[in-house]
Amino acid sequence: MADVAIPRAKPQMSEDNAWTQLKHNRNWLGFWFMVPAMAFLIFFLAYPLGLGIWLSFTDTRIGRVGHFVATENYEWLWDDSIFWLSVFNTLLYTFVASALKFAIGLYLALLLNENMPFKAMLRAMVLIPFIVPTVLSALAFWWIFDSQFSIISWSLKHLGVINQNINFLGDTTWARICVIFANIWRGVPFVAITLLAGLQTVSPSLYEAATLDGATRWQNFRFITYPLLTPIIAVVMTFSVLFTFTDFQLIWAMTRGGPVNATHLMATLSYQRAIIAGQLGEGAAISSAMIPFLLAAIMVSWFGLQRRKWQQGENND
Amino acid sequence: MSSVQIRDVRKSFGNFEVLHGVTVPIEDGQFVVLVGPSGCGKSTLLRMLAGLENITSGTISIGDRVVNNVQPKERDIAMVFQNYALYPHMTVADNMGFSLKLRNAGSDEINKRVKRAAEILALSPLLDRYPRQLSGGQRQRVAMGRAIVRDPQVFLFDEPLSNLDAKLRVAMRTEIKELHQRLKTTTVYVTHDQIEAMTMADKIVVMHDGIVEQMGTPLELYDKPDNQFVAGFIGSPAMNFLKGHVRVNGVATFEGPNGVKLPLKTAPAASDGLPAVYGVRPEHFTIADDGAEAEIVVVEPTGSETQVFAKIGGEQVVAVFRERHQFNPGDKVRLKPDPSLVHLFDEATGKRLNA
Repeated sequence: MADVAIPRAKPQMSEDNAWTQLKHNRNWLGFWFMVPAMAFLIFFLAYPLGLGIWLSFTDTRIGRVGHFVATENYEWLWDDSIFWLSVFNTLLYTFVASALKFAIGLYLALLLNENMPFKAMLRAMVLIPFIVPTVLSALAFWWIFDSQFSIISWSLKHLGVINQNINFLGDTTWARICVIFANIWRGVPFVAITLLAGLQTVSPSLYEAATLDGATRWQNFRFITYPLLTPIIAVVMTFSVLFTFTDFQLIWAMTRGGPVNATHLMATLSYQRAIIAGQLGEGAAISSAMIPFLLAAIMVSWFGLQRRKWQQGENND
Repeated sequence: MSSVQIRDVRKSFGNFEVLHGVTVPIEDGQFVVLVGPSGCGKSTLLRMLAGLENITSGTISIGDRVVNNVQPKERDIAMVFQNYALYPHMTVADNMGFSLKLRNAGSDEINKRVKRAAEILALSPLLDRYPRQLSGGQRQRVAMGRAIVRDPQVFLFDEPLSNLDAKLRVAMRTEIKELHQRLKTTTVYVTHDQIEAMTMADKIVVMHDGIVEQMGTPLELYDKPDNQFVAGFIGSPAMNFLKGHVRVNGVATFEGPNGVKLPLKTAPAASDGLPAVYGVRPEHFTIADDGAEAEIVVVEPTGSETQVFAKIGGEQVVAVFRERHQFNPGDKVRLKPDPSLVHLFDEATGKRLNA
């Protein structure tokens, strides 16, 4: 397309050397404009990814160059019950947290989309968990769920519901519930605010038309809001699933994967094996094992995101 | 089909009253156009009729039922919105059948009624398309189709043509009027365009600042505007207004700006010296030797007629001639208003003075 805009070659152009012609070539210029972005992507995304995958096929340790060992790391992991536990934990964590984040986020978005007093302030408040640095909020949760000083245990004891502290982060089930709860608390604002933005693109006259057509509030949601929101839901949930699946900070700050590996996610296990234990090759293999899951999540949203027929342009077929 | 009675309806948003007691009787099968400049309250009134806005006081009844507290969906009305409000994720057929689906009508029934409406509106080949794949005029017709399918008591139109280009607007105007003649459903139509009002309405309701200025047939409003607002609003080009005084010394005349004498057929009783506004429509000027002296400023030929802007006593007026006079800017001509067709308004209140 760019060639079209170039003025017709004048006779003297034929005498110009290749360099002069190149200087006037828009595609050449365009290439140089793309170079910074490309360099950024290559150095900070493609290279680390490629290096990680390469490391997973070596027996590299910290301080020692490794040798190519083919799939040995993966074979080890296949027989490693802790690895499989971390896969289970990650799937559980991702599935439960994402589903609840979606439900709560959608509910909040619908609520915040209504006219109510202090609307702007409430919308701003919803964002607070998102703004607080993860490690800070993790530390706060750490105290909330502390085995001795937990405010929850304290309150429940004073209310007479329990007579002994709950060992929130020391019990496997409780620990899982706690980290999932913390993840939801942190992830809901993103879902809620993004869905709210989506809700606001729906023209109010559609609801008026539907109301006149006889729709109840539920039918308004079912037949108007929900279908119009699906493209945004697909985007938000993809991101939410990817963020949750690769979560590291929250777990590491709260439980470090314990108790008895009950909250070890693939990301935390990878860090523990690679950095703490120094087995870079094995850690890289755990990280690389996340790739198929992430690709699957992206594929689901890719097909979910395929522009629906009603979103397509004004073509006549 | 049903009559509609709007009785002394008021509407306030907070402390701000936008409708100050509006009464409009609408007969069964009538095509009523609410017209007025933006902010006059016409759309608010329509939305109150639809049930999308609460009624602050007064009553609205459809048929013999007062609907003040009746839910929109129970009112049996259909509305065509300015932006059409078509459901973007539904095909034309689904858009049109949505209201029936919500009422749990069978799919045979829905198909039959959608098909019938599509035939009326020449939409049959488009039933499987999505709104995005339609042109403006087609979308407009789908919006009407959605209304027709319901077979409601009353159709409401909220400025349905303002998003269309000029040519399409004229075509759709005719189409809507034809549709009404065919279905004979009571229709309330809101517009700010007086040409739409004039061409489509059985009855025009001119609104201004939350009150009804005048109601009547298009020609009643054109021939006998109750006040200066209606006179200026209805008709294009707009009526010329000249300020001055009524003089009655034997023969009634109007003394316009800078002492220009303009003819009057009769003067209102005891009106000598009364400050008044003299109104004359552009097409009611003729060239005559006993006319008022005027200097031509601009000549705009449109082919079928010629608009002439001229100054009478220093005030600019516009005259429209069907004959092709040879005028040039700067020419002096004598323009004579037809005394039997001039309008006289009270300068202070704007009320009509002559019969």
